[in-house]
Amino acid sequence: MTRISPQGRSEGIVAVPEKIPVAITVNGVARQLKLAPWTTLLDTLRDHLDLTGTKKGCDHGQCGACTVLVDGRRINSCLALAVMQDGASVTTIEGLATDGMLHALQQAFIDHDAFQCGYCTPGQICSAAGLLAEGRATSAEEIRELMSGNICRCGAYPNIVAAIQQAMGQS
Amino acid sequence: MIGFQYSRAQDIADAVRQLAAQPSAKFIAGGTNLIDLMKQDVERPSRLIDISRLPLKSVEETASGGLRIGALVPNSDLAYHPLITQRYPMVASAILAGASAQLRNMASTGGNLLQRTRCFYFYDTATPCNKREPGSGCSAIVGLNRMHAILGTSESCIATHPSDLCVALAALDATVHVAGPAGTRVIAFDDFHRLPGNAPQSDTTLQRGEIVTAVELPHQGFATHHTYLKIRDRLSYAFALVSVAAGLELEGDTIKEARLALGGVAHKPWRDPTAETALRGQAASQSTFAGAADIVLQDAKGYDHNRFKIDLARRAIVRALTQAAAGTPQVQSSKKIA
Repeated sequence: MTRISPQGRSEGIVAVPEKIPVAITVNGVARQLKLAPWTTLLDTLRDHLDLTGTKKGCDHGQCGACTVLVDGRRINSCLALAVMQDGASVTTIEGLATDGMLHALQQAFIDHDAFQCGYCTPGQICSAAGLLAEGRATSAEEIRELMSGNICRCGAYPNIVAAIQQAMGQS
Repeated sequence: MIGFQYSRAQDIADAVRQLAAQPSAKFIAGGTNLIDLMKQDVERPSRLIDISRLPLKSVEETASGGLRIGALVPNSDLAYHPLITQRYPMVASAILAGASAQLRNMASTGGNLLQRTRCFYFYDTATPCNKREPGSGCSAIVGLNRMHAILGTSESCIATHPSDLCVALAALDATVHVAGPAGTRVIAFDDFHRLPGNAPQSDTTLQRGEIVTAVELPHQGFATHHTYLKIRDRLSYAFALVSVAAGLELEGDTIKEARLALGGVAHKPWRDPTAETALRGQAASQSTFAGAADIVLQDAKGYDHNRFKIDLARRAIVRALTQAAAGTPQVQSSKKIA
């Protein structure tokens, strides 16, 4: 993966970077990893921890499919380097249910048929969990605005908003 | 993305030292723009110096009644900070007009200032771009330039600065605090970003090795009469075609002080002192606002696909000043433009 930086910007040959120890807690489980510095949090979850619930959509922070919670805040895991998350606590779609009980948002998405293909759904639900924790949205209009970072190409938006409103009523 | 080395800065001096030791390295904080550019091979740093743990995350009142915002305050924290929402609502509104909730959680204040243009050709390494590869030519001037600049352009570059926050900071006369190998200095906001001229590869006047440590807002926040109006192709999560930050201080119906800054139209947030002077002392009326808009746009130059921006900007300026004068600022969750 490493090569000489082209176009005169190099300072000679770049040494092969060493893998760096990273300690993160994922869904309550402490994990010790050794990762190349360019490994994103998304690739860490999917390729190193076999947590494939978090989806890679655009891989450029434009679609929201990769949304997870880091220390309780929703972020795009495709734009986060894992080495920068050392010491952080990460929650993915796999970590939302407790004791076999679906999270209120998961149940609400089922109740309202808030998906079609389902590819954006883990990101939608994690983003909505962040939205509920932030407590900034009350109206449907505000939910739509503050969920605009999650694209649904099937167009399930009305049902997604309804599902979030249901969960909001319970929280 | 090419391989790179990674290290953490222990303090500001260490960050400056590390960058001086390896000029092809880059600082990383939120990473929302830099990582994307690295995935596109537009940015190829040999090392990332992680500054995200430096103690630059506070918002503090200054002795002169202003506010000092640490460079690492996340965009979302700043938008919802009580001192910002109460005293500088134009800043809060501008932040919430940009990006998505996830990106605002990651992106830092300093990084927002330093984000690169979203010109398609800058991102596409298969095409010439003077900003990415000086001397290679500008593809946008004769290409798809719907999103591009109409003011302050050059034959080298017609890219726009993409930030919303910076438009409000320009209107409010913010300053940028930086530290570097030669010590610290304070840069007026209007002097921080630059026009492309024949060196579009430089977005800012930041010197080699310097790091942004804070943004300072002066006392006057225009909390009563302000707006941030953003016009874009879709109603949320899109870059501006034209945006306007407006702040007025009124005495009865007369304009005592006026601030006007535009986004989406130039290589930097666009201020026009002549237009602001023309507003002062006048009645807050449609004809006054239209006169100011004409001054701002008198030298505007459209290209094949963005000529509509000149009239759009004119109308947006009048609309924004009307909103500000009426004390009815644009609400970012509302899709109705009052």
